[in-house]
Amino acid sequence: MEDVTSEEQVKGNQELKEAGQPWEKSISSLQDLEPKPAEPSGVEKGAETGSPPKGSPPRSPPSLSDPRSPHASLSPSSLQELSFIPSTLALAPEPKNLTTPCPSDSTTTDILKAGIPHPDLLEQPPGNKEPSHHLTSPSNIGQQFQQSRSHLYGPRNVSRNHCKQKGLESDVSQEENSNSNYSLDQPEPQAFEEAPSTLETAIQNAKAYLIKTSSKSGFNLYDHLSNVLTKVLDERPDDAVDIIENISQDVKKAQFNKKLDTLQNENEMLPTYEIAEKQKDLFLQRHLEGAEQDSEEEIVENPLPNVMESAFYFEQAGIGLGTDETFRVFLALKQLTDTHPIQRCRFWGKILGVEMNYIVAEVEFREGEDEDEVEEEDVGEERDEEESESDEDEEDGLPKSIYKAPPAIPKEENRTGANKYVYFVCNEPGRPWVKLPSVTPAQIVVARKIKKFFTGRLDAPIISYPPFPGNESNYLRAQIARISAGTHVSPLGFYQFGEEEGEEEEELEGGRESFEENPDFEGIQVTDLVESLANWVHHVQHILPQGRCNWFNPVQKNEEEEEEEEEKGEEPDYMEQEVGPPLLTPISEDIEIQNIPPWTTQLSSNLIPQYAIAVLRSNLWPGAYAVSNGKKFDNFYIGWGHKYSVDNYTPPVPPPVYQEYPSGPEITEMDDPSVEQEQTFRAAQEDAALDSEENEETEEEEDEEDDDD
Amino acid sequence: MDAESLLLSLELASGSGQGLSPDRRASLLTSLTLVKRDYRYSRVLFWGRILGVVADYYIAQGLSENQLAPRKTLYSLNCIEWSLLPPATEEMAAQTAMVKGRFMGDPSHEYEHTELQKTNDGDKAFEEEVVVQIKEETRLVSIIDQIDKAVAVIPRGALFKTPFGPIHVNRTFEGLPLSEAKKLSSYFHFREPVLLKNKSLLEKASLDPSLDFMDSLEHDIPKGSWSIQMERGNALVVLRSLLWPGLTFYHTPRTKSYGYIYVGTGEKNIDLPFML
Repeated sequence: MEDVTSEEQVKGNQELKEAGQPWEKSISSLQDLEPKPAEPSGVEKGAETGSPPKGSPPRSPPSLSDPRSPHASLSPSSLQELSFIPSTLALAPEPKNLTTPCPSDSTTTDILKAGIPHPDLLEQPPGNKEPSHHLTSPSNIGQQFQQSRSHLYGPRNVSRNHCKQKGLESDVSQEENSNSNYSLDQPEPQAFEEAPSTLETAIQNAKAYLIKTSSKSGFNLYDHLSNVLTKVLDERPDDAVDIIENISQDVKKAQFNKKLDTLQNENEMLPTYEIAEKQKDLFLQRHLEGAEQDSEEEIVENPLPNVMESAFYFEQAGIGLGTDETFRVFLALKQLTDTHPIQRCRFWGKILGVEMNYIVAEVEFREGEDEDEVEEEDVGEERDEEESESDEDEEDGLPKSIYKAPPAIPKEENRTGANKYVYFVCNEPGRPWVKLPSVTPAQIVVARKIKKFFTGRLDAPIISYPPFPGNESNYLRAQIARISAGTHVSPLGFYQFGEEEGEEEEELEGGRESFEENPDFEGIQVTDLVESLANWVHHVQHILPQGRCNWFNPVQKNEEEEEEEEEKGEEPDYMEQEVGPPLLTPISEDIEIQNIPPWTTQLSSNLIPQYAIAVLRSNLWPGAYAVSNGKKFDNFYIGWGHKYSVDNYTPPVPPPVYQEYPSGPEITEMDDPSVEQEQTFRAAQEDAALDSEENEETEEEEDEEDDDD
Repeated sequence: MDAESLLLSLELASGSGQGLSPDRRASLLTSLTLVKRDYRYSRVLFWGRILGVVADYYIAQGLSENQLAPRKTLYSLNCIEWSLLPPATEEMAAQTAMVKGRFMGDPSHEYEHTELQKTNDGDKAFEEEVVVQIKEETRLVSIIDQIDKAVAVIPRGALFKTPFGPIHVNRTFEGLPLSEAKKLSSYFHFREPVLLKNKSLLEKASLDPSLDFMDSLEHDIPKGSWSIQMERGNALVVLRSLLWPGLTFYHTPRTKSYGYIYVGTGEKNIDLPFML
């Protein structure tokens, strides 16, 4: 209790002093005197501070001018008083004592500021107390009390230092103040003058670091060190340096640590727990739905792919997501197949994004179970068309704009062409799967011209030139379609054309577009797969420059309108059909990228070739891989979703500027008829009139009048 | 990534799909130990892999006690036999800047490059076509050096500057706290500082001289040349360079594990401004 009250008072005194200093600065002569009244008597003060001067030899000459220096030099007397006063201070809070700690405190703080706290503090007790120690124990206690308290004041010094930082004025005044009071402080200002800012900030930083409270125990090193030193000085062990670790440990153990009940929860790790909670569902789901599934499996073939098996092959090739993430994806796929009517499912790959990544699953719905959403999309499109038509009707009289947007190429039906599969994406296994919309040719065409990083948010806008029709989900879908078309390959003979279906669909002109697994496939030697690219074939349809897999003639649609537009003969009546390589074309026929082969084949292990697998790496789409062990194969993509080109990306050239209407007879006008022309014309008319009949003369006169106007 | 903790590092960095096949891992673990012994490195890093058209280069780096001293780079095609690469020079960088496209995977492959050189013959100045041949090994050296200087990353506090100058591994580094791990400013370029010297005194004032002696990532040009992601909840930070796609840096907050690996074609993404 005594400590607390005295401390508080001291604190008040200190603050008063600090507050007063800036104003005191102007009257420095008064300043020297002013602190004195605050202190009850020079003798007591000298006694208090008597120990520091003794411990610190570097005393400067100006101390002679100091009025109190005699007291300091009178060590015997000061020592006697010293032995008495602190003891009373410790025992009873007398009014005298309340003020006396102030100077001693300020000296120690000044010493601390100088950055050499320990030498002074440590040296002074032995120097002073060796005699007093034996003589009187109270003095000993009192001194230690003082010292420990000066340590405790340490944290407050920071605030004082901040005050000093704010204005040098107060600093200077304070130093003057202390100089006048204590000769001890004289060397310090000199040190400050040499490097005031860096040293001070360094000390402040160091102190701030020491005072930083540990989040675990709630203590700081500064307090701990002072406590340890207090303990050492209290107990005076013989070889303190040897047992300092133990002392430190003891001090820590002796700390009273109260666990405070905080109102707020610590939520720093919240996302970690959140995703863990979600992924826990993945793991639990297996047990919960196990019973239901048995019945389902009898009806439908299990659509879940063996992700781990293909992951094993990819790992042999040095590709993959890591074991645990692959398994999480596996579980996520299982969740997907359990919740949707899916006939076939495949782990397509992972597309990296700037903020988040996409895990992509390729699925095929069971017959007739995915049509609901399609109709909704169509309705939306029709509305747009109606609106545009109504706009056109409003215009009247003046010539309408004859520009018509190039005919929109309809998107391919589900289950055909580029929309053969449906793609689901999620950012992390455990998060909900999102179905990507089906792709339109326009999106593919534009996607070929742009190169954008994925952000990881499906609703992020794609700002590009040319404008991309859609947001990131559409762009993602377009890139998936392009990558699939380019890099999904299988060993020759694994797939064959379905005979029945193929014939039916030949009318589509794009060649046969369906295939089925070859039941007689016997496998290909892995070495053959590595040595010859001809043993790999594309099993996804090539996407034409039009943006579709199957040719759609945009001119045919216009037949109804052609009658109206026959005047403009410039448009070709029939566009040449774009043809790409048919299905199941060997990849050896792929186009080279400027002297770089489009595919790289490797054997996964040269050490044990007989059990190695063939690894195919696409150079056109970095990140696309295919592996095969001869009988099984799989495709996988992991990367940024961009195509490779040797040259840099070049933005598409701006569209040609529309030429103005050519200057012709329809545009140009004749000059105004000149006087000569009119005169000759009139002369001619007059001649004609004269030639004809004389009766019409009156009319001619009228005409003349008109001309003059 | 450190050669000693290769397996854990690979697992952590595998989110980008960059792994090693089991036989490569095993052979690396074996051969890098020997490299460390034979070349007397204090620390060996598995730097990454440059994908060639025919074969891949596996790259390792040896560090001396001073972490920022020039590093020795080794390459291998089979992960067992390592060859030392010469140090990169400015001249090499200027030469190889002409070469575009993929690496072949054959160190002795020569790129041909025709250059117009002006020769002064008396008063007449005429241009002459000179065919410059550049070895792939030279290009490899230069590219590795460029990648190292541009995107090698280290978390703040993992290295510290000793009072005598050399930079050592900080043994008391315990990982970045979560709040810091999400900021680009807590990661540094693992190279001699370049930008730091240009900073004003005011900016330098708040830096800790023993820790902040390298360039921070946050001032990289263009802004947005890094993708920073928290994966597996908040348990893993992954930085991916968009300027050199293929470089992945990972760090587990509050642990000592961090590292980077480059798996890519060794080409700079100059299209970055278009792609953001």
